[in-house]
Amino acid sequence: MSEEPEREPVRRRLTGRHASAAVIGVLTLVLGFAIAVQVHANSSGDSLSALREDDLIGILDDQNARADRLRQQISQLQDNLRQLQDSGDRSAAARRQAEEQAQALGVLLGTLPATGPGVSVTVTDPDGKLGGEDLYDVVQELRGAGAEAIQFGAVRVGTSTWFEGSGGTVEVDGTQLSAPYLVTAIGDPKTLDTALNIPGGVAATVRAAGGSLTVTELDSVSIRVTATLVKPKYAKPSR
Amino acid sequence: MIAGLALVAGIVLGLILRPTVPTWLEPYLPIAVVAALDAVFGGLRARLDGIFDAKVFVVSFISNVLVAALIVFLGDKLGVGSQLSTAVVVVLGIRIFGNAAAIRRHLFRA
Repeated sequence: MSEEPEREPVRRRLTGRHASAAVIGVLTLVLGFAIAVQVHANSSGDSLSALREDDLIGILDDQNARADRLRQQISQLQDNLRQLQDSGDRSAAARRQAEEQAQALGVLLGTLPATGPGVSVTVTDPDGKLGGEDLYDVVQELRGAGAEAIQFGAVRVGTSTWFEGSGGTVEVDGTQLSAPYLVTAIGDPKTLDTALNIPGGVAATVRAAGGSLTVTELDSVSIRVTATLVKPKYAKPSR
Repeated sequence: MIAGLALVAGIVLGLILRPTVPTWLEPYLPIAVVAALDAVFGGLRARLDGIFDAKVFVVSFISNVLVAALIVFLGDKLGVGSQLSTAVVVVLGIRIFGNAAAIRRHLFRA
């Protein structure tokens, strides 16, 4: 029984030590757990969730400002795009117009082949009495009646075409031609026919010289011969 | 001995469970961890010095954690949360270094 008083404090001390060891164990366990959790939370991607409210507001402001800037840039670039498309459309239209004009001028000046309704005229001159003037009158009559393209023999008639010679052989633009002369013209067939056969006109002149002038109205005439344009030496475009 | 085993067990448990930190705890957890580490290093040093007291360790551990959390909480309320957190980490870091130096002297006599 004498041990009893001694054993009591020992046991209390032991239980006290056990209890404190348990508490320390729990605390350090919690610490280790917290370390692992924090390390995991810090390393697992989403860095924003660890930030404070102030920092988040700052970041949000930055992002908003950036979005505004980018939106401005977008509208600017869209404006640019629209402007460029407009000017592209305009220049394409201008180009189309210029091409059409160039083709029309090419047909009228004789630099391009042409096709369309017209007449075929055959002028015979058995007596060799028709001169350059008389044949030029045929061309003039056709022009006056609205012919848009004319081929005289093997020569395409342009703005500067000239006729020379008298009686039988005629020189047109430097090419020797002799009767019978074949003239092809594109225009309104009826009008051209009427103009040539007008009383006291070209047909009458040819007949008086002993020849004949026959006009055939055709639905489709094609003129393949082209003339080369001479560059103006003296005249320059002026506004 | 028990403390070391418990620490390792806690780390393993955290790695296995991988819980997500609740939002309200997020600002306090890192500071609390650093404060607890300070207490642990202090306890280790006291033990090597032969003056370790379980009661002192438990109280210092819990009070360290609570005070650190309180400072961060106050700092957040005052608008200087990040600065105060830095201050707490610096102070605790210095203390941990001091304790670590003492422990080193005990262990390696250098």
